[in-house]
Amino acid sequence: MKELWKGNHAFGEAAARAGCKLYVGYPITPQSEVVEYMSDRMPELDRVFIQSESELISIMTCFGAGLSGYPVMTSSSGVGISLMQEGITACFNKGIPVLIVNVNRTGTGMGGGPGFSGSQDDYGRETNGGGNGYYRNLVYIPDSIQEAIDMIYNNWPIAFKYRNPMVLYTEGRLAQMMEAVEFPEFREIVAADWGMTGEAKLDPEFGPHRGDYGKYARKIAKMEEECQDWEDYMLDDAETVVVAVGLCSRVCRGAINALRKEGVKIGMLRPKAAWPFPRKGFEALPDTVKRIICVENSDGAQMLKDVVFAMKQVKALNTIPVYSKPNHGLLPNKVLKEYFQNVINGNEKEVG
Amino acid sequence: MAKEFKAPKNIKYVGFCPGCGHSIFVRLMQEVLEEKGYLDKNVCVVGVGCSANVHGDNVYGDNKMECHHGRPPVAGNGMKRVRPDVFVWTYQGDGDAYAIGMGETILAAEQGFPISVFVINNCNYGMTGGQMAPTTLHGQVTTTTTKGRADYPINVMPLIQSIDNVAFAARATVTSPAEIRKLKKYIEKAVDLQMNEGKYSFVEIVSPCPTNWHKSPVDSCKWIDEEVTKVFPLGVFKG
Ligand SMILES: Cc1ncc(C[n+]2csc(CCOP(=O)(O)OP(=O)(O)O)c2C)c(N)n1
Ligand code: SF4
Ligand SMILES: [Mg+2]
Repeated sequence: MKELWKGNHAFGEAAARAGCKLYVGYPITPQSEVVEYMSDRMPELDRVFIQSESELISIMTCFGAGLSGYPVMTSSSGVGISLMQEGITACFNKGIPVLIVNVNRTGTGMGGGPGFSGSQDDYGRETNGGGNGYYRNLVYIPDSIQEAIDMIYNNWPIAFKYRNPMVLYTEGRLAQMMEAVEFPEFREIVAADWGMTGEAKLDPEFGPHRGDYGKYARKIAKMEEECQDWEDYMLDDAETVVVAVGLCSRVCRGAINALRKEGVKIGMLRPKAAWPFPRKGFEALPDTVKRIICVENSDGAQMLKDVVFAMKQVKALNTIPVYSKPNHGLLPNKVLKEYFQNVINGNEKEVG
Repeated sequence: MAKEFKAPKNIKYVGFCPGCGHSIFVRLMQEVLEEKGYLDKNVCVVGVGCSANVHGDNVYGDNKMECHHGRPPVAGNGMKRVRPDVFVWTYQGDGDAYAIGMGETILAAEQGFPISVFVINNCNYGMTGGQMAPTTLHGQVTTTTTKGRADYPINVMPLIQSIDNVAFAARATVTSPAEIRKLKKYIEKAVDLQMNEGKYSFVEIVSPCPTNWHKSPVDSCKWIDEEVTKVFPLGVFKG
């Protein structure tokens, strides 16, 4: 039976059910309720809860605990995620599939303020890595609390398969609102066999100083091919394709529905994984496509670059015009509907 | 009859400079782990500095965690909390523990992480070529205090000693067989406190760095005995 759950609480519960052995976090709006929820829930389940003294300590605790091979998790927002970058590149380097929930607040620096409702401002950092070296996190962006639960539960094993950090990237609003959701069954907690046990044995793949640095780039290339994840929405006959993620895609969906009612051939390609970006979704677009519109809840266009790069890789899309609509805050679907209509009528300027 | 000293079985070679104090600590720890049966039940959390010379398979097998600069107590706590039956110990330098990692060092003591912390204090940043560390003595010449350090070093012991959660705190050196035997006792005590009682211990080892001190190994030990231990007194401070 479905129950009403707040986003932040649901992220914690989903992770617990997915077999999370240790959670560590530090309060920051708008994700503090994850820390609060886990402070009760983890001990109740006989798991480990740690309230850290900074986000750097959160991620480095995950680093140490994650090397055991057990699923471990942390969460934060804004500057907190910035502070974690040292540890995230460390986790990538050692092949630790830590789960990081980033509840995006708004903007640079301390951010926050009226922007606690959140944005997609961290898109570029999340999808490009943010610490030193060439690395990528698996980045999943849910458009509902239910999808966040499913992504945590179903995609964490993917992070384990590739031994790669995973980010559930979401916005303040989704974390703060409540929706009717259903949880999966508890999964058994298991430590991966590569984990450290105190024995003098080698981690064959990501142990220290093994020399073969090419392995990282090879892993990234493999994930790029194998981990793409997206949703097609009303694309079969679409002439106009909207690309949007997270809550932003939800508003776009409203605008698309309204336009469809008026007979406009419009649909949406919604990346569920922002890294790796769903190039294959672009390959599969129908011949009817005449234009692509990238909508983002960000001060400036960020996902646009991924969209343009994906189109560049698909020959049929090379000459198709692209339109970009970044905005500080979620635009109401009425405004988006009007904007889409303007694009279709040739009244907006294409990118480039 | 002469007593034969066998090398502990897990040490193939060590990559330290001749006369370095690190290697004596590494050997002692290895002996204790072997004697107490923890060779296959320990995780060494290695900080950044000359301690990182143990990476590879030359020492301690491969149960070493290659940790970022200053973070070992926190990463060690993570491991210990999910694998409580494993002996978790940090192996850090003074720069690692008292400069970039001072927050983590105090935090671990304050919260009584169930781990054992070992800090090699050689009064400089050895690995990067002998720059000033928080422990560099007043007047000591380093590559970043070429006219001698103008200000004063930090001695963390009074603070560590004052923290309730600290079960054992001691400072040793490696300049003579008698001091080395004391250090071994401290290591054993830290192992026992962690494995039998889940308690936090802190052991600092005042250690020669002949290469960056530009002294012979013998003169380095002399300088420790005559000068360094005035600033960093030896002994058991708690427990
Ligand atoms: C974040 C970061 N900053 C700087 C360095 C460079 N670095 C490597 S070793 C070291 C100094 C280590 O000194 P100490 O901890 O005293 O160890 P020692 O070599 O003296 O035993 C520094 C600064 C680093 N590895 N990471
Ligand atoms: S530089 Fe100093 S601390 Fe490092 S190995 Fe050489 S003597 Fe030892
Ligand atoms: Mg040093």
